[in-house]
Amino acid sequence: MSDAIPQFTPVTLITGFLGSGKTTLLQRLLADPALADTAVLINEFGEVGLDHHLLERIDERTVLLQSGCLCCTIRGELSDAIRDLHSRRARGEIPPFRRLAIETTGLADPFPVLTTLHAEPVLKHHFRLGSVITTVDAVNGVAQLERFPESLKQAAIADRLVVTKSDIAAPNAVWALLGRLRALNPAASIVFSAAASLDAEALLSGSAFAGGTHSEAVSAWFAEAAEAHGHHGHTHDPNRHGSDIHAFAIVLDQPLDWTAFGIWLTMLLNRHGEAVLRVKGILDIGGEAAPVAVHGVQHLVHAPVHMQAWPDHERRSRIVFIVKGLERAVIERSLASFMALNGSAEAAAA
Amino acid sequence: MCALCGVLGGSDHWTDATARPGVFTRNADSLERRRERARRVTVANRILTHYGMRLSDWQGTAFMLSTLTGKTEMVENLTHLWTTAEKLSGRACDPLDPALLSRLDAASV
Repeated sequence: MSDAIPQFTPVTLITGFLGSGKTTLLQRLLADPALADTAVLINEFGEVGLDHHLLERIDERTVLLQSGCLCCTIRGELSDAIRDLHSRRARGEIPPFRRLAIETTGLADPFPVLTTLHAEPVLKHHFRLGSVITTVDAVNGVAQLERFPESLKQAAIADRLVVTKSDIAAPNAVWALLGRLRALNPAASIVFSAAASLDAEALLSGSAFAGGTHSEAVSAWFAEAAEAHGHHGHTHDPNRHGSDIHAFAIVLDQPLDWTAFGIWLTMLLNRHGEAVLRVKGILDIGGEAAPVAVHGVQHLVHAPVHMQAWPDHERRSRIVFIVKGLERAVIERSLASFMALNGSAEAAAA
Repeated sequence: MCALCGVLGGSDHWTDATARPGVFTRNADSLERRRERARRVTVANRILTHYGMRLSDWQGTAFMLSTLTGKTEMVENLTHLWTTAEKLSGRACDPLDPALLSRLDAASV
Protein backbone atom coordinates (compact mmCIF):
# COMPACT_ATOMS: atom_id res chain seq x y z
CA MET A 1 0.00 0.00 0.00
CA SER A 2 1.27 3.44 -0.88
CA ASP A 3 2.53 5.71 1.86
CA ALA A 4 0.20 8.37 0.50
CA ILE A 5 -2.83 6.45 1.75
CA PRO A 6 -3.91 7.75 5.13
CA GLN A 7 -4.66 5.38 7.99
CA PHE A 8 -8.20 6.72 8.08
CA THR A 9 -9.52 8.12 4.84
CA PRO A 10 -11.80 11.10 5.56
CA VAL A 11 -15.27 10.88 4.07
CA THR A 12 -17.14 14.05 3.20
CA LEU A 13 -20.88 13.82 2.80
CA ILE A 14 -22.38 16.33 0.38
CA THR A 15 -26.09 16.66 0.85
CA GLY A 16 -28.75 19.26 0.14
CA PHE A 17 -32.27 19.44 -1.15
CA LEU A 18 -33.29 18.63 -4.72
CA GLY A 19 -31.88 21.21 -7.10
CA SER A 20 -29.83 22.96 -4.43
CA GLY A 21 -26.59 22.65 -6.37
CA LYS A 22 -24.82 19.60 -4.93
CA THR A 23 -23.52 18.35 -8.26
CA THR A 24 -22.46 21.83 -9.37
CA LEU A 25 -20.55 22.26 -6.13
CA LEU A 26 -18.91 18.87 -6.46
CA GLN A 27 -18.03 19.63 -10.07
CA ARG A 28 -16.34 22.82 -8.97
CA LEU A 29 -14.53 21.18 -6.08
CA LEU A 30 -13.22 18.34 -8.20
CA ALA A 31 -11.89 20.76 -10.79
CA ASP A 32 -9.51 22.05 -8.15
CA PRO A 33 -6.10 20.37 -8.59
CA ALA A 34 -5.76 20.17 -4.80
CA LEU A 35 -8.64 17.68 -4.75
CA ALA A 36 -7.43 15.47 -7.57
CA ASP A 37 -6.96 12.62 -5.12
CA THR A 38 -10.64 12.45 -4.16
CA ALA A 39 -12.79 9.42 -4.91
CA VAL A 40 -16.46 10.11 -5.47
CA LEU A 41 -19.62 8.13 -4.78
CA ILE A 42 -22.79 9.53 -6.28
CA ASN A 43 -26.22 8.36 -5.27
CA GLU A 44 -29.09 9.11 -7.58
CA PHE A 45 -32.74 8.37 -7.27
CA GLY A 46 -34.19 7.39 -10.58
CA GLU A 47 -33.99 5.09 -13.53
CA VAL A 48 -31.18 6.84 -15.31
CA GLY A 49 -28.24 8.24 -13.41
CA LEU A 50 -27.20 11.60 -14.74
CA ASP A 51 -25.15 13.32 -12.11
CA HIS A 52 -21.97 11.40 -12.86
CA HIS A 53 -22.15 12.62 -16.45
CA LEU A 54 -22.65 16.18 -15.24
CA LEU A 55 -19.54 15.81 -13.15
CA GLU A 56 -17.56 15.17 -16.31
CA ARG A 57 -15.16 13.01 -14.40
CA ILE A 58 -15.81 9.43 -15.22
CA ASP A 59 -12.96 7.32 -13.98
CA GLU A 60 -12.59 4.23 -11.89
CA ARG A 61 -12.75 6.31 -8.74
CA THR A 62 -16.21 7.67 -9.55
CA VAL A 63 -18.97 5.26 -8.58
CA LEU A 64 -22.68 5.70 -9.20
CA LEU A 65 -25.22 4.14 -6.87
CA GLN A 66 -28.57 4.42 -8.56
CA SER A 67 -30.84 1.68 -7.36
CA GLY A 68 -32.56 3.82 -4.79
CA CYS A 69 -32.09 6.46 -2.20
CA LEU A 70 -28.97 6.02 -0.13
CA CYS A 71 -30.68 6.61 3.18
CA CYS A 72 -33.26 3.87 2.97
CA THR A 73 -32.75 1.22 0.34
CA ILE A 74 -29.13 0.82 -0.58
CA ARG A 75 -27.04 1.12 2.54
CA GLY A 76 -25.61 -2.33 1.86
CA GLU A 77 -24.66 -1.19 -1.60
CA LEU A 78 -23.00 1.88 -0.14
CA SER A 79 -20.77 -0.12 2.18
CA ASP A 80 -20.00 -2.60 -0.62
CA ALA A 81 -19.02 0.25 -2.93
CA ILE A 82 -16.71 1.84 -0.36
CA ARG A 83 -15.17 -1.50 0.52
CA ASP A 84 -14.61 -2.17 -3.16
CA LEU A 85 -12.89 1.19 -3.64
CA HIS A 86 -10.77 0.47 -0.57
CA SER A 87 -9.65 -2.97 -1.70
CA ARG A 88 -8.95 -1.83 -5.27
CA ARG A 89 -6.86 1.00 -3.90
CA ALA A 90 -4.98 -1.40 -1.64
CA ARG A 91 -4.25 -3.70 -4.60
CA GLY A 92 -3.09 -0.75 -6.66
CA GLU A 93 -5.80 -1.26 -9.29
CA ILE A 94 -6.95 2.34 -9.09
CA PRO A 95 -4.98 5.52 -8.45
CA PRO A 96 -4.67 6.07 -4.72
CA PHE A 97 -7.19 8.46 -3.25
CA ARG A 98 -6.75 10.29 0.03
CA ARG A 99 -10.34 11.33 0.58
CA LEU A 100 -13.80 10.21 -0.41
CA ALA A 101 -16.79 12.40 -1.20
CA ILE A 102 -20.32 11.00 -1.18
CA GLU A 103 -23.09 12.94 -2.87
CA THR A 104 -26.51 11.90 -1.61
CA THR A 105 -29.86 12.28 -3.30
CA GLY A 106 -31.76 15.46 -2.58
CA LEU A 107 -34.25 13.69 -0.35
CA ALA A 108 -31.77 11.67 1.68
CA ASP A 109 -31.56 11.73 5.42
CA PRO A 110 -27.78 11.97 6.00
CA PHE A 111 -27.87 10.10 9.29
CA PRO A 112 -28.02 6.48 8.01
CA VAL A 113 -25.00 7.15 5.82
CA LEU A 114 -23.05 8.34 8.83
CA THR A 115 -24.12 5.25 10.74
CA THR A 116 -22.95 2.99 7.95
CA LEU A 117 -19.49 4.54 8.08
CA HIS A 118 -19.37 4.32 11.82
CA ALA A 119 -20.69 0.81 12.33
CA GLU A 120 -19.60 -1.24 9.32
CA PRO A 121 -16.86 -3.56 10.62
CA VAL A 122 -14.36 -2.96 7.81
CA LEU A 123 -15.14 0.65 7.00
CA LYS A 124 -14.79 1.87 10.55
CA HIS A 125 -11.15 0.80 10.60
CA HIS A 126 -10.22 2.55 7.36
CA PHE A 127 -12.53 5.53 6.97
CA ARG A 128 -13.65 8.29 9.24
CA LEU A 129 -16.29 10.92 8.84
CA GLY A 130 -14.78 14.19 7.71
CA SER A 131 -17.66 16.61 7.58
CA VAL A 132 -21.19 17.00 6.34
CA ILE A 133 -21.57 19.73 3.71
CA THR A 134 -25.09 20.85 2.95
CA THR A 135 -25.97 23.01 -0.03
CA VAL A 136 -28.85 25.44 0.37
CA ASP A 137 -30.32 27.30 -2.55
CA ALA A 138 -30.52 31.07 -1.94
CA VAL A 139 -33.51 31.44 -4.28
CA ASN A 140 -35.70 28.66 -2.90
CA GLY A 141 -33.96 27.76 0.36
CA VAL A 142 -36.25 29.57 2.82
CA ALA A 143 -39.36 28.04 1.25
CA GLN A 144 -37.78 24.59 1.18
CA LEU A 145 -36.80 24.82 4.84
CA GLU A 146 -40.41 25.73 5.65
CA ARG A 147 -42.05 23.03 3.59
CA PHE A 148 -39.74 20.03 3.54
CA PRO A 149 -38.55 18.39 6.74
CA GLU A 150 -35.81 16.63 4.75
CA SER A 151 -34.35 20.00 3.85
CA LEU A 152 -34.52 21.21 7.45
CA LYS A 153 -32.72 18.15 8.74
CA GLN A 154 -30.02 18.34 6.10
CA ALA A 155 -29.29 21.94 7.14
CA ALA A 156 -29.44 21.20 10.86
CA ILE A 157 -27.02 18.30 10.61
CA ALA A 158 -24.38 20.15 8.54
CA ASP A 159 -20.85 21.03 9.61
CA ARG A 160 -20.60 23.40 6.68
CA LEU A 161 -23.41 25.13 4.85
CA VAL A 162 -22.84 26.20 1.27
CA VAL A 163 -25.28 28.82 0.04
CA THR A 164 -25.69 28.37 -3.71
CA LYS A 165 -27.23 30.63 -6.36
CA SER A 166 -26.65 33.73 -4.25
CA ASP A 167 -25.56 35.51 -7.44
CA ILE A 168 -29.04 35.18 -8.95
CA ALA A 169 -31.10 35.66 -5.77
CA ALA A 170 -32.46 38.93 -4.47
CA PRO A 171 -30.28 40.34 -1.65
CA ASN A 172 -33.27 40.21 0.71
CA ALA A 173 -33.76 36.52 0.02
CA VAL A 174 -30.09 35.85 0.75
CA TRP A 175 -30.26 37.75 4.05
CA ALA A 176 -33.45 35.96 5.04
CA LEU A 177 -31.84 32.62 4.31
CA LEU A 178 -28.69 33.48 6.25
CA GLY A 179 -30.76 34.49 9.28
CA ARG A 180 -32.70 31.29 9.09
CA LEU A 181 -29.57 29.13 8.75
CA ARG A 182 -27.79 30.90 11.61
CA ALA A 183 -30.78 30.30 13.84
CA LEU A 184 -31.17 26.70 12.77
CA ASN A 185 -27.55 25.67 12.94
CA PRO A 186 -25.36 28.32 14.60
CA ALA A 187 -22.55 25.81 14.71
CA ALA A 188 -22.02 25.40 10.99
CA SER A 189 -19.75 27.66 9.01
CA ILE A 190 -21.49 29.27 6.04
CA VAL A 191 -19.81 29.89 2.70
CA PHE A 192 -21.11 31.08 -0.66
CA SER A 193 -20.51 28.88 -3.67
CA ALA A 194 -20.58 31.95 -5.92
CA ALA A 195 -17.58 33.40 -4.14
CA ALA A 196 -14.47 33.34 -6.26
CA SER A 197 -12.48 32.70 -3.12
CA LEU A 198 -14.25 29.43 -2.29
CA ASP A 199 -11.47 27.31 -0.87
CA ALA A 200 -12.14 23.81 -2.14
CA GLU A 201 -9.39 22.24 -0.07
CA ALA A 202 -10.60 23.84 3.18
CA LEU A 203 -14.21 22.96 2.47
CA LEU A 204 -13.62 19.31 1.78
CA SER A 205 -10.73 18.54 4.05
CA GLY A 206 -10.61 17.73 7.73
CA SER A 207 -13.48 17.58 10.16
CA ALA A 208 -14.70 19.85 12.88
CA PHE A 209 -12.56 18.25 15.55
CA ALA A 210 -10.18 16.02 13.64
CA GLY A 211 -6.98 15.36 15.44
CA GLY A 212 -7.64 18.10 17.93
CA THR A 213 -5.67 20.53 15.83
CA HIS A 214 -8.41 22.74 14.51
CA SER A 215 -8.89 24.81 17.59
CA GLU A 216 -9.67 27.94 15.57
CA ALA A 217 -12.51 26.18 13.80
CA VAL A 218 -13.87 24.84 17.05
CA SER A 219 -13.56 28.22 18.64
CA ALA A 220 -15.55 29.80 15.82
CA TRP A 221 -18.18 27.11 16.19
CA PHE A 222 -18.78 27.92 19.81
CA ALA A 223 -18.35 31.66 19.44
CA GLU A 224 -21.23 31.71 17.01
CA ALA A 225 -23.34 29.60 19.29
CA ALA A 226 -22.51 31.83 22.25
CA GLU A 227 -23.28 34.94 20.27
CA ALA A 228 -26.66 33.55 19.34
CA HIS A 229 -27.53 32.60 22.88
CA GLY A 230 -25.80 34.90 25.29
CA HIS A 231 -22.59 34.00 27.03
CA HIS A 232 -24.12 31.66 29.54
CA GLY A 233 -27.15 31.10 27.43
CA HIS A 234 -29.54 32.69 29.88
CA THR A 235 -30.82 35.32 27.50
CA HIS A 236 -33.72 35.25 25.08
CA ASP A 237 -34.24 32.33 22.76
CA PRO A 238 -33.99 33.73 19.24
CA ASN A 239 -33.85 30.30 17.71
CA ARG A 240 -37.49 29.58 17.90
CA HIS A 241 -39.12 29.53 14.53
CA GLY A 242 -41.85 27.78 12.65
CA SER A 243 -40.45 24.33 13.17
CA ASP A 244 -39.62 23.01 16.60
CA ILE A 245 -35.94 22.58 15.75
CA HIS A 246 -33.77 24.95 17.75
CA ALA A 247 -30.20 25.29 18.94
CA PHE A 248 -28.76 26.30 22.27
CA ALA A 249 -25.50 26.20 24.16
CA ILE A 250 -25.00 25.02 27.73
CA VAL A 251 -21.95 26.37 29.55
CA LEU A 252 -20.66 24.68 32.70
CA ASP A 253 -18.11 26.30 34.97
CA GLN A 254 -17.32 23.20 37.03
CA PRO A 255 -15.21 20.39 35.54
CA LEU A 256 -17.31 17.55 34.20
CA ASP A 257 -17.10 14.00 35.40
CA TRP A 258 -16.45 11.86 32.33
CA THR A 259 -18.13 8.74 33.70
CA ALA A 260 -21.35 10.52 34.66
CA PHE A 261 -21.36 12.46 31.40
CA GLY A 262 -21.03 9.26 29.37
CA ILE A 263 -23.89 7.65 31.24
CA TRP A 264 -26.04 10.76 30.87
CA LEU A 265 -25.44 11.26 27.15
CA THR A 266 -25.92 7.60 26.22
CA MET A 267 -29.15 7.54 28.22
CA LEU A 268 -30.34 10.77 26.58
CA LEU A 269 -29.52 9.59 23.08
CA ASN A 270 -31.06 6.19 23.68
CA ARG A 271 -34.39 7.79 24.56
CA HIS A 272 -34.27 11.02 22.55
CA GLY A 273 -31.72 10.33 19.80
CA GLU A 274 -34.23 11.11 17.07
CA ALA A 275 -34.77 14.54 18.62
CA VAL A 276 -31.11 15.39 19.23
CA LEU A 277 -30.01 16.29 15.72
CA ARG A 278 -26.59 17.45 16.81
CA VAL A 279 -24.60 17.62 19.98
CA LYS A 280 -21.14 19.07 19.96
CA GLY A 281 -19.10 19.97 22.98
CA ILE A 282 -15.75 21.06 24.30
CA LEU A 283 -15.50 19.49 27.72
CA ASP A 284 -13.42 20.41 30.72
CA ILE A 285 -13.05 16.96 32.21
CA GLY A 286 -11.90 16.60 35.78
CA GLY A 287 -8.27 15.49 35.91
CA GLU A 288 -7.55 16.39 32.28
CA ALA A 289 -5.42 19.40 31.37
CA ALA A 290 -6.52 19.63 27.73
CA PRO A 291 -10.09 19.92 26.52
CA VAL A 292 -11.95 16.94 25.10
CA ALA A 293 -14.28 17.38 22.14
CA VAL A 294 -17.37 15.24 21.64
CA HIS A 295 -19.43 15.24 18.49
CA GLY A 296 -22.69 13.40 17.97
CA VAL A 297 -25.41 13.15 15.34
CA GLN A 298 -28.65 11.65 16.62
CA HIS A 299 -27.87 8.20 18.09
CA LEU A 300 -24.30 8.30 16.85
CA VAL A 301 -21.39 9.74 18.84
CA HIS A 302 -17.90 9.84 17.41
CA ALA A 303 -14.84 8.87 19.40
CA PRO A 304 -14.01 11.80 21.69
CA VAL A 305 -11.01 13.83 20.58
CA HIS A 306 -8.30 15.09 22.89
CA MET A 307 -7.69 18.65 21.76
CA GLN A 308 -4.28 20.22 22.12
CA ALA A 309 -5.35 23.42 23.83
CA TRP A 310 -8.33 25.49 24.87
CA PRO A 311 -9.45 27.34 21.76
CA ASP A 312 -9.95 30.74 23.40
CA HIS A 313 -8.19 30.24 26.74
CA GLU A 314 -11.56 29.95 28.44
CA ARG A 315 -11.45 26.82 30.45
CA ARG A 316 -15.01 25.63 30.82
CA SER A 317 -17.30 23.12 29.21
CA ARG A 318 -19.51 24.27 26.38
CA ILE A 319 -22.03 21.97 24.79
CA VAL A 320 -24.16 22.98 21.82
CA PHE A 321 -27.36 21.10 21.09
CA ILE A 322 -29.53 21.25 18.01
CA VAL A 323 -32.75 19.58 19.04
CA LYS A 324 -36.23 18.96 17.81
CA GLY A 325 -38.98 19.52 20.34
CA LEU A 326 -36.82 19.22 23.48
CA GLU A 327 -36.67 21.99 26.03
CA ARG A 328 -33.35 23.52 26.91
CA ALA A 329 -34.19 23.97 30.58
CA VAL A 330 -35.07 20.29 30.93
CA ILE A 331 -31.80 19.14 29.37
CA GLU A 332 -29.83 21.56 31.52
CA ARG A 333 -31.55 20.41 34.68
CA SER A 334 -31.03 16.77 33.78
CA LEU A 335 -27.31 17.24 33.14
CA ALA A 336 -26.91 19.11 36.43
CA SER A 337 -28.63 16.29 38.35
CA PHE A 338 -26.40 13.67 36.75
CA MET A 339 -23.25 15.65 37.45
CA ALA A 340 -24.18 16.07 41.12
CA LEU A 341 -24.90 12.36 41.25
CA ASN A 342 -21.31 11.45 40.64
CA GLY A 343 -20.03 13.45 43.58
CA SER A 344 -22.47 11.71 45.85
CA ALA A 345 -21.63 8.32 44.35
CA GLU A 346 -17.96 8.82 45.09
CA ALA A 347 -18.75 9.98 48.58
CA ALA A 348 -20.88 6.87 49.12
CA ALA A 349 -18.12 4.62 47.84
CA ALA A 350 -15.49 6.27 50.05
CA MET B 1 -11.88 -12.94 21.36
CA CYS B 2 -11.66 -14.91 24.58
CA ALA B 3 -10.82 -18.49 23.64
CA LEU B 4 -12.76 -19.90 26.61
CA CYS B 5 -16.05 -18.07 26.40
CA GLY B 6 -16.07 -16.68 22.88
CA VAL B 7 -16.60 -13.08 23.99
CA LEU B 8 -15.63 -10.62 21.29
CA GLY B 9 -13.56 -7.70 22.49
CA GLY B 10 -13.07 -4.19 21.20
CA SER B 11 -16.58 -2.77 20.98
CA ASP B 12 -15.13 0.70 20.41
CA HIS B 13 -18.05 2.50 21.99
CA TRP B 14 -17.35 6.24 22.26
CA THR B 15 -17.14 6.09 26.06
CA ASP B 16 -14.72 3.23 25.70
CA ALA B 17 -12.82 4.20 22.58
CA THR B 18 -9.80 2.25 21.46
CA ALA B 19 -6.65 4.11 22.43
CA ARG B 20 -5.16 5.77 19.34
CA PRO B 21 -3.49 9.11 18.66
CA GLY B 22 -5.73 12.09 19.32
CA VAL B 23 -8.57 10.08 20.86
CA PHE B 24 -9.54 10.64 24.47
CA THR B 25 -10.11 7.38 26.30
CA ARG B 26 -9.59 5.76 29.64
CA ASN B 27 -8.72 2.57 27.84
CA ALA B 28 -5.05 3.42 27.55
CA ASP B 29 -3.84 1.18 30.37
CA SER B 30 -5.48 -1.75 32.08
CA LEU B 31 -5.56 -0.25 35.58
CA GLU B 32 -7.26 2.94 34.48
CA ARG B 33 -9.62 0.91 32.32
CA ARG B 34 -10.72 -1.27 35.24
CA ARG B 35 -11.04 1.75 37.49
CA GLU B 36 -13.29 3.47 34.94
CA ARG B 37 -15.46 0.37 34.63
CA ALA B 38 -15.88 0.26 38.42
CA ARG B 39 -16.85 3.95 38.48
CA ARG B 40 -19.29 3.37 35.66
CA VAL B 41 -21.00 0.55 37.53
CA THR B 42 -21.28 2.72 40.66
CA VAL B 43 -22.78 5.70 38.86
CA ALA B 44 -25.09 3.61 36.67
CA ASN B 45 -26.45 1.82 39.73
CA ARG B 46 -27.48 5.14 41.26
CA ILE B 47 -29.81 5.55 38.30
CA LEU B 48 -30.80 1.93 37.74
CA THR B 49 -32.04 1.58 41.30
CA HIS B 50 -34.87 3.91 40.28
CA TYR B 51 -36.01 1.21 37.85
CA GLY B 52 -35.40 -1.71 40.21
CA MET B 53 -32.29 -2.93 38.43
CA ARG B 54 -28.65 -3.47 39.20
CA LEU B 55 -25.49 -3.53 37.07
CA SER B 56 -22.28 -5.43 37.72
CA ASP B 57 -19.05 -5.92 35.85
CA TRP B 58 -18.57 -9.22 34.07
CA GLN B 59 -15.00 -10.33 33.45
CA GLY B 60 -13.92 -6.79 32.60
CA THR B 61 -15.38 -7.24 29.11
CA ALA B 62 -19.13 -6.82 29.56
CA PHE B 63 -21.71 -5.94 32.19
CA MET B 64 -24.53 -7.94 33.75
CA LEU B 65 -27.84 -6.18 34.20
CA SER B 66 -30.32 -7.77 36.60
CA THR B 67 -33.79 -6.96 37.84
CA LEU B 68 -34.95 -7.50 41.40
CA THR B 69 -36.73 -10.64 40.27
CA GLY B 70 -33.56 -12.06 38.83
CA LYS B 71 -34.04 -11.48 35.14
CA THR B 72 -30.49 -10.98 33.87
CA GLU B 73 -28.96 -9.95 30.59
CA MET B 74 -25.42 -9.26 29.47
CA VAL B 75 -24.75 -5.83 28.02
CA GLU B 76 -21.74 -4.80 26.04
CA ASN B 77 -21.62 -1.05 26.47
CA LEU B 78 -23.58 1.95 27.73
CA THR B 79 -25.78 2.28 24.66
CA HIS B 80 -26.68 -1.38 24.92
CA LEU B 81 -27.28 -0.87 28.65
CA TRP B 82 -30.18 1.53 28.22
CA THR B 83 -31.96 -0.43 25.48
CA THR B 84 -31.67 -3.58 27.59
CA ALA B 85 -32.76 -1.76 30.74
CA GLU B 86 -35.90 -0.57 28.98
CA LYS B 87 -36.59 -4.07 27.73
CA LEU B 88 -36.08 -5.74 31.12
CA SER B 89 -38.00 -3.17 33.14
CA GLY B 90 -40.70 -2.52 30.57
CA ARG B 91 -40.27 1.20 31.30
CA ALA B 92 -38.80 4.12 29.43
CA CYS B 93 -35.46 5.04 31.00
CA ASP B 94 -35.67 8.76 30.39
CA PRO B 95 -32.97 11.06 31.81
CA LEU B 96 -35.35 14.00 31.37
CA ASP B 97 -38.06 12.40 33.53
CA PRO B 98 -38.75 14.82 36.44
CA ALA B 99 -39.49 11.91 38.81
CA LEU B 100 -36.06 10.38 38.14
CA LEU B 101 -34.30 13.74 38.49
CA SER B 102 -36.04 14.55 41.78
CA ARG B 103 -34.93 11.22 43.13
CA LEU B 104 -31.37 11.71 41.97
CA ASP B 105 -31.32 15.22 43.46
CA ALA B 106 -32.61 13.88 46.79
CA ALA B 107 -29.96 11.16 46.81
CA SER B 108 -27.22 13.70 46.02
CA VAL B 109 -27.99 16.01 48.95
